[in-house]
Amino acid sequence: MKKSMYGKFGGQFVPEVLMPALTELEEAYKRYKDDPEFLAELDYYMKDFAGRETPLYFAKNLSKKYGIKIYLKREDLVHGGAHKLNNTLGQALLAKYMGKERIIAETGAGQHGTATAMAAANMGFKSEVYMGAKDVVRQHMNVYRMELMGCKVHAVESGSKTLKDAINEALRDWVTNVENTHYLIGSVVGPHPYPMIVRDFQSVIGKEVKEQIMEKEGRYPDSIVACAGGGSNAMGIFHPFIEDKEVKLFPVEAGGKELKTTEKEALHSASLCVGEEGILQGAHTLILQDKYGQILESSSVSAGLDYSGVGPELAHLADIGRIIPCNVSDDEALEAFYELSLLEGIIPALESSHAVAYVMKMAKTGELGDLVVINLSGRGDKDLETVFKLKEEGETTKGKEDCL
Amino acid sequence: MRIADKFAELDKKKERALIAYVCAGDPSTEATKDIVHALVKGGADIIELGLPFSDPVADGPTIQAAATRALAAGMNPDLYFEMAASIKENVPLVCMTYYNLIYKRGTEKFARDCASSGITGIIVPDLPAEESDELHDACKRNGVDLIFLITPVTTESRMKNTLARTSGFVYIVSRLGVTGERVDVADSTKKILERIHTDVPKAVGFGISNKEQAAEVIKAGADAVIVGSAFVSIIASGKDVNEKIEKLASELKESCKE
Repeated sequence: MKKSMYGKFGGQFVPEVLMPALTELEEAYKRYKDDPEFLAELDYYMKDFAGRETPLYFAKNLSKKYGIKIYLKREDLVHGGAHKLNNTLGQALLAKYMGKERIIAETGAGQHGTATAMAAANMGFKSEVYMGAKDVVRQHMNVYRMELMGCKVHAVESGSKTLKDAINEALRDWVTNVENTHYLIGSVVGPHPYPMIVRDFQSVIGKEVKEQIMEKEGRYPDSIVACAGGGSNAMGIFHPFIEDKEVKLFPVEAGGKELKTTEKEALHSASLCVGEEGILQGAHTLILQDKYGQILESSSVSAGLDYSGVGPELAHLADIGRIIPCNVSDDEALEAFYELSLLEGIIPALESSHAVAYVMKMAKTGELGDLVVINLSGRGDKDLETVFKLKEEGETTKGKEDCL
Repeated sequence: MRIADKFAELDKKKERALIAYVCAGDPSTEATKDIVHALVKGGADIIELGLPFSDPVADGPTIQAAATRALAAGMNPDLYFEMAASIKENVPLVCMTYYNLIYKRGTEKFARDCASSGITGIIVPDLPAEESDELHDACKRNGVDLIFLITPVTTESRMKNTLARTSGFVYIVSRLGVTGERVDVADSTKKILERIHTDVPKAVGFGISNKEQAAEVIKAGADAVIVGSAFVSIIASGKDVNEKIEKLASELKESCKE
């Protein structure tokens, strides 16, 4: 197996001009990942800037209602409101050690862009973020946040105007400015070594869970449930448990409106569940594509899960049966959004609501066991507008139906 | 026609090659056939026929837009090979596309379809030598050249491996960035040509749009110039396309003759 592969997945399917940059990044990462000075500095940022460690919270009301013990890993409490900062701090620090001056990133919901802007502002980088024009509209508060921190936000008008197109545009920027620029990818996607680096920086989530659950319950959980678009929060919480075979791992994808595909688009973003093997944005992985290999536009109520591919290591873990891919619909995720807010006083991100929804749906079946950890990857403040708009639309539709 | 035969023919005439890129199906299959005819009439020696992909990461806005137009007009790999087979110009045809379209069709079938439709070379901008075992073997079995790219930041060790794999010609990117028109190509071209030692013809592309630039590239020692975005811009303008294409091709070709 080549070093750049995760089983049969992964690889480095990128323009020639990026190959030296990937090698440089991999070598730098190898040099610094165990370097005491680097680790001490990262540790400082994680603790004093990001606010780690995050609590592992026993959701007593949710647990009572569903009859199993449910813990929430509170990544929503990380500075910025999501797990994304774990990775951006790590990579920005690496870029600093590598002597880069400029950082670029793509963003879907705007969470990764915001986390990039935070790390860049703090460490003194110039930063520019590419964001699909459609996402700029549905997540405009995050655009303001990025701009406040001195980050330049480019609205990407090509293709489906979402995350996939933002990544394309960031890659084009990197191809042009590769000598002084670090491309700070926000998920476990793209060419090697990115899936590995992002996974490692996010693994702090799973490492903390291991210690916290032992302290609280004296054993590992039966199941860990995390939402998966590209899959960074899922890999982050799963990775430290991969060898603990008794722990079931469930990545929950966005089932969207339904698990169907038209000629031009998928009505969902469930690449692990129903995608096919292909090459997208540097990696051999599972993707949503038509019969010719053209990439299909994906769809989800949550911008952060709205992606036509998935991290290659997740594709590999699904392939060997170590993780169990599943999905919930937009409606189920919305229901969970409301329920967690009501029952626990925690407003989850629409992304994380998918993980909560799966637990709500499956708790009674026994499939998850008695002790479950949900990765609550982000908070829902950014989604309020989306949710209220959907609520209004729902009420309008319902009103019409009542008249009929 | 094989690429090597074309270069041998040009060598006898003491000419350098003009390689022209257009995106198949932009704005229609019929139009592409006429455009290819105009290119050859104007003096293009090799035609790079782009097979449009939904996510062309190595392309600038001009060629991205061409791919979008072609896909919207219904271009797909089946139609592409049909069209290629119907082109009867006496020049080598080279397919330029992204790897997922090849992977999805199957590398063997893709290479076979190329060979049987008269395409004698393949360029895949998102397939570095390291990932190319499967396609390389398939191309070899089917008598199709697999053409790799070299850039100013390609390291010596990777250059060696990549050159060992490339046949037909080597595609030299004279400066960093995506495809598109640019100014000032002389220095960067000279610098990179000095580093490349191979028997395979050296074709320089990315950013060449007029006869002056083409002449500079040839003067710097290139065996061929590759021009894409400048032709695609003419197609996008939609006005007197074939006449303008033929005129630009003949101007560029003049720069390839000593």
